[in-house]
Amino acid sequence: MLHLPSFRYLAPRSLSEAVGLLAELGAEAQLLAGGTDLLPLLKRGQLSPRYLVALAGVPELSGIRTAAEATVRDGSGLTLGALTSIAELTRQPVLRRHFPVIGHAASLIATPTLRSMGTLGGNLCLDTRCTYVNRSPLWREAAGDCLKCTGDVCRVAPGDDRCWAAVSSDLAPAMIALDAQIRIAGPRGERVIPAEALYRDDGLSHLTLSAGEIVVDVQLLRPTGVCASYMKLRPRASFDFPSLGVAVALRMAKDECENARVVVGAVASRPLRIAEAEVILTGHVPTAERLSAAADAVHRAIRPMDNVDLPPGYRRQVARVFTERALQHALRQVPARAGANGALTPGRQN
Amino acid sequence: MKSTIVATVPPALQVDDSAPGDRWLTVDMTVNGVPRMLRAPAHRTLLEALREDLGLTGTKHGCELGECGACTVLVDGQPRLGCLTLLASVEGRTVTTVEGLGTTAEPHPLQVAFVDRGAAQCGYCTGGMLLTAAALLADNADPTEAEVRAALAGNLCRCTGYASIVAAVRQAARMVAGGASHPRSGAQG
Ligand SMILES: Cc1cc2nc3c(=O)[nH]c(=O)nc-3n(C[C@H](O)[C@H](O)[C@H](O)COP(=O)(O)OP(=O)(O)OC[C@H]3O[C@@H](n4cnc5c(N)ncnc54)[C@H](O)[C@@H]3O)c2cc1C
Ligand code: SF4
Ligand code: FES
Ligand code: FES
Repeated sequence: MLHLPSFRYLAPRSLSEAVGLLAELGAEAQLLAGGTDLLPLLKRGQLSPRYLVALAGVPELSGIRTAAEATVRDGSGLTLGALTSIAELTRQPVLRRHFPVIGHAASLIATPTLRSMGTLGGNLCLDTRCTYVNRSPLWREAAGDCLKCTGDVCRVAPGDDRCWAAVSSDLAPAMIALDAQIRIAGPRGERVIPAEALYRDDGLSHLTLSAGEIVVDVQLLRPTGVCASYMKLRPRASFDFPSLGVAVALRMAKDECENARVVVGAVASRPLRIAEAEVILTGHVPTAERLSAAADAVHRAIRPMDNVDLPPGYRRQVARVFTERALQHALRQVPARAGANGALTPGRQN
Repeated sequence: MKSTIVATVPPALQVDDSAPGDRWLTVDMTVNGVPRMLRAPAHRTLLEALREDLGLTGTKHGCELGECGACTVLVDGQPRLGCLTLLASVEGRTVTTVEGLGTTAEPHPLQVAFVDRGAAQCGYCTGGMLLTAAALLADNADPTEAEVRAALAGNLCRCTGYASIVAAVRQAARMVAGGASHPRSGAQG
């Protein structure tokens, strides 16, 4: 049987207490939200923190703070507490109405029960994954350990002195595409960063959080005028982490695309924004040729490694197809939204 | 009636030092209608506590990593994976295991329907299936086949008798609509 290793359990009752505890306990402490990512890692011996700091009792991290409906439309936003469950993201009416892509991406995560246990903060911060490391200790010992555990070589790319484990959050690409802002609390106070800046391309340490920092909430600032879509590739339609995730968001003004985001997950240690694809779309009418050219740009830009489910060449091909389909899907949402006034920017919509 | 149960642990773990946090916890909860107090190490999972400390072996150890659903129980009426739930996190809550769903004399309509339809083969996944389905029916009295499949998408059956499982859940829904009672159902929404 797989038992958890022993640890000391702390359950702070406020954000300042949680931040204080992290500062005091240092690198030996690990945050616990829903536990659906962390506890399997502990059971497989990938991590052995001395302290678990449970966030469930920290009130500042929970709840969806919906500014009144009108304010949401004004663009001043919607705040999702880090402890919001993934299931809640799929159900929340305001979110469904203004940011349907978030509920859609959330509905593709794991399984129904895991979605009601797992949280938004845990999802954004979930560890990078690799077929060589998400294994039992016995398997890892037999294969030879790697950089991400106790070994000194990467099994996927033995020539490289870095870890290529893949970012595996389904929400991260969608949040980046929507220009979400992440509020972080730490020993030196609070800071707010774009979701994109939460990540770096390093499988061993893919979050830019510094010691003692906690994700407090996610702010979605641009409600209407943006149409977005997310597509996920995985072997089974339930359970499986993404082998590929493609999120796109377009802001349309009349027939032209004013602003574009194309973000690909599970092909690197961070979600990748594909600048070339965004440039192809921005400032132009999104014709079929442009969508296809943007999809080609994604295909050129990514280099998936052979360390998650499904072969890298296949994932790269599908990234091309998914980009084109996600763009088409996003654009199909435009007419319904634009209505008679045509314009989709937040200020101009009633 | 309140019983205190102290988990059996290797002596090595009983040594306590003065570092912050708790290595041992006392947890109060209600299991299948009975108040329980458990003293256990902080790393005890709900699954281990139910089976090893309380002797409720209807909840199964499957993958232990969230990948099968065999360990599903209801916490305050909602499905939870016992293998990924710390005992510490159910303090003050109500837990329902398959033992609390119905009895041989008074089975839950789902249990009757599972027997009728032959929806259990080896039976290993059955407890988790029943509890996940009980929570579904508490929420949605007349689920479509697609809704049943979606709700059970996190419960694997290695014997792969999915068709009869789905049929049994829908039959149970019809039985409830026709007046069958829920004895002691923990799934109150
Ligand atoms: C079988 C299985 C399938 C899964 N499939 C998917 C999938 O398809 N897609 C997907 O995206 N995920 C998947 N997951 C992972 C996981 O269930 C979800 O990502 C979930 O949302 C994680 O949230 P949590 O609260 O349970 O995280 P936890 O396990 O509690 O935490 C995860 C990590 O984030 C850190 N953390 C948590 N909260 C904060 C915070 N507020 N600030 C800073 N750090 C924090 C923790 O220290 C930990 O390192 C799967 C898990 C399992 C077991
Ligand atoms: S990418 Fe390389 S170093 Fe990273 S987990 Fe996989 S094998 Fe280990
Ligand atoms: S034993 Fe808990 S999900 Fe498999
Ligand atoms: S009946 Fe055997 S696993 Fe489902």
